[in-house]
Amino acid sequence: MRRLAHLLETRQISSTEVVEHYLAEISKQEPVLNAFITVDAEGALAQAKASDRRRREGQALSPWDGIPIAVKDNISTKGLKTTCASRFLANYVPLFDAEVVSRLKDVGLSIIGKTNLDEFAMGSSTEYSAYGVTCNPHDHERVSGGSSGGSAAAVAAGEVPWSLGTDTGGSIRQPASFCGVVGLKPTYGWVSRYGVVALAPSLDHVGPLARTVEDAALLFSLIAGPDPKDATSSDAREFSIPDWDESFVKGLKIGVPEEFFGEGISPEVEGAVRDCLNALEGWGAELVPISLATNEYAIDTYLTLVTAEASSSLARYDGVRYGVRIPAEDSNTMFARSRSAGFGAEVKRRIMLGTYVLSARQYGAYYEQAQKVRTLIRQDVLEAFKQVDVIITPTTPSTAFRIGAKQSPLEMYLSDLFTAMANLCGIPALNVPCGRDSRGLPLGMQIMGGHFQEELLFRVARLVENHVGVEGEVFSDKL
Amino acid sequence: MTSYDTVIGLEIHVALMTESKFLCSCKTTFGAPPNSQCCPVCLGLPGTLPLINEKAVEYATKAGLALNCQIHFFSRFDRKNYFYPDLPKAFQITQDAFPLCTDGFLEYYMDEQLVRTAITRIHLEEEAGKLIHSGPTIVDSEYSLVDYNRAGIPLIEIVTAPDIHTPRQARLFLEQLRLLMNYIGVSDTKMEEGSLRCDANISLKPAGSSVLGTKVEIKNLNSFRALEKALEYEERRQSKLLDRGEAIRQESRTWDERAGRTITMRSKGDAPDYRIFPEPDLPPLNLDPAWVSLIKVSVPELPLERLKRLEEEYGLSRYEATFLVNYRDFGDLFFELAEIGLEHKSIVNFLMGDYARLAREHGHMAAKRLAELLQLQAEGRISQNQAKAVLEELFSCRLSAREIVEKKGLEVVGDPAALQPVVAEVLDGNRELAARYKNGETKLLGFFVGQVMRATQGKADPETVSQLLRDELAD
Repeated sequence: MRRLAHLLETRQISSTEVVEHYLAEISKQEPVLNAFITVDAEGALAQAKASDRRRREGQALSPWDGIPIAVKDNISTKGLKTTCASRFLANYVPLFDAEVVSRLKDVGLSIIGKTNLDEFAMGSSTEYSAYGVTCNPHDHERVSGGSSGGSAAAVAAGEVPWSLGTDTGGSIRQPASFCGVVGLKPTYGWVSRYGVVALAPSLDHVGPLARTVEDAALLFSLIAGPDPKDATSSDAREFSIPDWDESFVKGLKIGVPEEFFGEGISPEVEGAVRDCLNALEGWGAELVPISLATNEYAIDTYLTLVTAEASSSLARYDGVRYGVRIPAEDSNTMFARSRSAGFGAEVKRRIMLGTYVLSARQYGAYYEQAQKVRTLIRQDVLEAFKQVDVIITPTTPSTAFRIGAKQSPLEMYLSDLFTAMANLCGIPALNVPCGRDSRGLPLGMQIMGGHFQEELLFRVARLVENHVGVEGEVFSDKL
Repeated sequence: MTSYDTVIGLEIHVALMTESKFLCSCKTTFGAPPNSQCCPVCLGLPGTLPLINEKAVEYATKAGLALNCQIHFFSRFDRKNYFYPDLPKAFQITQDAFPLCTDGFLEYYMDEQLVRTAITRIHLEEEAGKLIHSGPTIVDSEYSLVDYNRAGIPLIEIVTAPDIHTPRQARLFLEQLRLLMNYIGVSDTKMEEGSLRCDANISLKPAGSSVLGTKVEIKNLNSFRALEKALEYEERRQSKLLDRGEAIRQESRTWDERAGRTITMRSKGDAPDYRIFPEPDLPPLNLDPAWVSLIKVSVPELPLERLKRLEEEYGLSRYEATFLVNYRDFGDLFFELAEIGLEHKSIVNFLMGDYARLAREHGHMAAKRLAELLQLQAEGRISQNQAKAVLEELFSCRLSAREIVEKKGLEVVGDPAALQPVVAEVLDGNRELAARYKNGETKLLGFFVGQVMRATQGKADPETVSQLLRDELAD
């Protein structure tokens, strides 16, 4: 992105040309890829023109002024439909921008469109979208992952230079891994959730997806920081991009949890991660075998909490104020019919599960118990970070699966096996590509760190990136 | 017929009069055009997040302190989930497991006795919107409209222990609670506007028994009278059932004001499961003890304290003191006038008499302006009747009491030398009656005084006139 910014600054390229380039890619690829729910060509071009004018007048808002971005369609954009990939919100147009969106607009980024996801971010493949599945750019018969599948695929396919996603149990990292891009789930509270449509507020995070580690770090620096509109936002400092000095790796302690390797893991995934670990060791890092035994309970805990919170957070879609309304004799019937018509099967399933685990009789056995286990998992992880600086695991047990391959919900839920832990703990975790498998599908590695250790994660990821290389430079002809 | 003990507990919702709402910055003005005071947050639009209004926490804390509660430095918000068109998020943000205040009490007089009702808890929560039905009720309406202006106004729910024993006591408690809320300035407590609402739980048990009976909840009690009447009705209904050996059903009933009876709303089996769990969008409330101390200092003199002071320090009767406590503005005026040095009883008499009538019509008068009038009366320079006339003038013109007296020439004539000729004239014109007086008919004195007063257009000082008459007639 520094190069693109340089081209813009030196007027070798205009923002209009940049946006036109990406719009052309979108028109070319979308018929197959389906990464977008809404493309705002007109709006993006208008923003590009305004940006070009600002540059001519020496009034550029930032070095990134005029660069387009795609935003996941569960992040509110003023005047631009935000559907959450649900029929329920097919015509819902927000009255306000999410805090992250206004921050991007403040530095001159133009919103080129809204990307596909599993309905209300519930899923791991975008197959639960009401607007069709997003294909994997590397193999159109395979899924892009989810729920931020559209954001990951759009970046991987070169439809946009970068994008925003959300991550409640792995929804940035897993699609980033499947599509071969960098994706960060930040520390809980470092990025405002204001305007991000809630799935499970205690687990929801917003984060960047980009082709390179540096771009991801840059995008993160644009959205991170305290927000008085979000009571769970931390008073943490701003984030600035590291200097990429590599000497830190000497003596860096990397935790390698045994539970994330071996049985059930694709040998190619494990091989690629081990290869990178060895490279890091070669540069002076110390590999420390550790155990994160509580990960065994992460998925159950995660599902209990996510369904409970979702059943409440999605209750507002009742047909009274916006969205689908099916008229009925009385209000209760209207609620039931509107929700039945507006929600897809997975959303209904999770709402029912969540309603059950919160019910007076089951609360103690499920929700309360899950909160206790969450505390134990958190203790387990924070204990580990007393011994090591970062923890490295595969992001997913296998590469992108075929569309329609996972028939049972349970199979789908297991996609979050390695990622949900970071959400339960609120710690930052990042996916960095670490090669391709024999079919040419991207492989991903997860780097987790202690709270607010994003800079360290980016530094480690950058080393991995140097080791495996970055593919496909856009505008290379201009460089 | 068995005799029963009545057990009553109350749940009172008080709307706090903060300028902005509990979880967003919308205004809270009553009576604004429908849906003119709402924003994405209080409409519960997707992606919005709540923020706690510190003023609401302050008012709730103040209420807790005034009700002698323990203030918890740690409290937490929860979601209470249910569907209703007036509830934008389909959950209410409230405090369940960890309320802000617990274990308090309120003392008040019932007849001559000071009684105490325990306060179990006080917690903060958000108000819902308001439904406007096209028909009389939601069931027989073709459509209903929703006004979200009210949605998100801060409420406190005050829950009493079940230690109220009569419908009348329940009413006295609620009246005292309302007065207290007014004194500390956290709510305007207008039952007719819904800023004070009360639900009552009532059960009966055989007299003296320690086992509580099955309780019934009564909702929709929109006035003090409704509270008392509904509880009386329920007392009768339940005792009749028990006399017949029938069981009381645990249920929610609603007060039908027109029919004068309670009717079933829903039974226990239909009670919703609110699926309450901790609100993930709000961190727990951690109060700074120093901040709570500051709130404590800001709690003004409370009604009962004022009552005691008026009786003990100012020598007023219970009746007089109660008037000055219940009408706090009159009480404030009393203290100002007393401060100026006027005699206490005469101030009360004055305030409770002609002044009260006129002040209700015109509003209060500055203490200084009033003091001058009372001073003139105390000095005997104007009579009580004259004072009344001057007071009326005071409300309608800008002149001071002294100026009015001068202008109208109202000043009392107390100089015996000036009155002597008038007295002589009156006695001269009534020789027959004067003779009868001298023969022992002393009650005729009043007649003579009246004649002198009339002759002087009421300006004569009655005391002086009496003395002069007595002296004359004694000769």
